[in-house]
Amino acid sequence: MGLSNPATENRADETTTVSTMSPNWVTSRLDFLTNWARANSLWPMPFGTACCAIEYMATAASRFDIARFGMERQSFSPRQADVLICAGRLPFKLAPVIRRIWDQMPQPKWSISMGACASTGGIFDNYSMVQGIDTIIPVDVYVPGCPPRPEGLMYGILLLHKKIRGETIADEGLRVEKLVGPSGLYLPPERVDELSEPFGNSVQQTRSS
Amino acid sequence: MSTPSPAVAALRSEFGSAIGRHFVSSDQTVVFVDRDRSHDALAWLKDAPGQEFNYLTDVTAVDYRDPERSLEVVYQLRSLHRKADLRVKVGLDKREPLEVRSVVDLWRGADWLEREVYDMFGVTFVGHPDLRRILMWETYAEGYPLRKDFPLRGHFSRAEQTRQALAANPEAHYSLEELSIADAYGELPKDMQERLSRGERGFLK
Repeated sequence: MGLSNPATENRADETTTVSTMSPNWVTSRLDFLTNWARANSLWPMPFGTACCAIEYMATAASRFDIARFGMERQSFSPRQADVLICAGRLPFKLAPVIRRIWDQMPQPKWSISMGACASTGGIFDNYSMVQGIDTIIPVDVYVPGCPPRPEGLMYGILLLHKKIRGETIADEGLRVEKLVGPSGLYLPPERVDELSEPFGNSVQQTRSS
Repeated sequence: MSTPSPAVAALRSEFGSAIGRHFVSSDQTVVFVDRDRSHDALAWLKDAPGQEFNYLTDVTAVDYRDPERSLEVVYQLRSLHRKADLRVKVGLDKREPLEVRSVVDLWRGADWLEREVYDMFGVTFVGHPDLRRILMWETYAEGYPLRKDFPLRGHFSRAEQTRQALAANPEAHYSLEELSIADAYGELPKDMQERLSRGERGFLK
C-alpha cells in the first residue's frame, strides 16, 4: 500500500522516548512544591489560655484528629513550631510572653487567632485584656466562636492551608519579621487604638469614660 | 436563724467601744471593728478559748460608689472544729491613707490574700512581709482596678496599655531563683524534703 500509517511509522521513536523516561522525576513549580510541603506539615505551637484550649484539645484528640492535616506533632517549643494557635483570651500580663514566643518561632511561620477573645477581646472589654492579639502579633486566620467548635478550628486550619498554597517564594516581604519598633509596638499606635475600639453592645457601655 | 454569733457579745465585753455595729445577713454575722484595734481583735478571735477562729477563709475588700462611705476590708473567719463562721469588717476612711495592720503573723494564708487586696484596692497592710502586686504586673501604673472610681477600660489609651504591657519584662520581677523550689529546699517541710531527696520526678540529686 502506498499509504503509510503515521502511528506505525513513528512507533520506533515513541518507544525510544518512553524507554529513556525515568519514573524518578516529575516537573512542577517550586512554589507549588514548597507550599504543598509546608501546608501539610504544620507543627502547631498551642498557646491555650482559656476555654478555647479545651476545644483545641478536642480538635487534637482522636475524634477530630488534626493529625489528618499533618499537625499531630504538637510543638511545645516555639523553635520547632510553624503555626501559633492562640486559643483563649490574652491578658496584658501575657502580652510580652506571646510576643516572645512569636519572636522565637523561625520563619516561615503563621498564626491562628482562635475564638472571640483572642480575635477581639470578646466580652472582656476591660482594663486587663488585650483587645485582639493582632495588636501584639500578626494574625493569619481568625476563627470566630465562643469557643469555636472543633469543626470551626479545622475550617480555620484549612483556610490557612489555602493561604499557604497561594504564597510565593518570590514575595520577599512575606517572610520579613514584623518586630516591635521604637514605639514599643509593632503597629502604629493609632492602628492599635483603632483595632481596640469597642464594638457591638459594648459601645453602650457608659462607665468606661 | 438570725441571732448574731455569740462571738459578737464576747468581742464587745473584751474590746468595748472598739467594736462597731453588727448585723446578720444570710445567716452570716457581720461585725465592724475599729481599724486601730483590728489586729488585737483578730488575734483574740483566733486564740481565745471558746472562739478559736483558726482558719482565715478569705480577706477581701468592698468599695462603695458613695465617696463618703468608707472602704471596708473584710475578714471571713471560720473555726474548723466548732464549725462556726464570723465576718469581721474594718472600715477605712477614703480621705485618709488606706492602712490596716497585716494579719500574716496570725494566719500565713493571709499573705497572698492581702497582696490581692493591695493590688486591686490599694490598701496598705502594715507589717506584711512582701507587699507587692500579685495579679497585675509589677510595673502596672494605672492604679487600683477594683476601686469604684477606676474606669472599666482603665485610664490609658489601648495603644499606651499595649505598649506598657509589651515593655514589661517578667524576668526582671519573677526571677528563676524565685520560681525555683531548689533554693527553698531548706524551708520545705520534712516529708517534702525527704521525697525530693529521693529524686522523685527527677528533681534534685
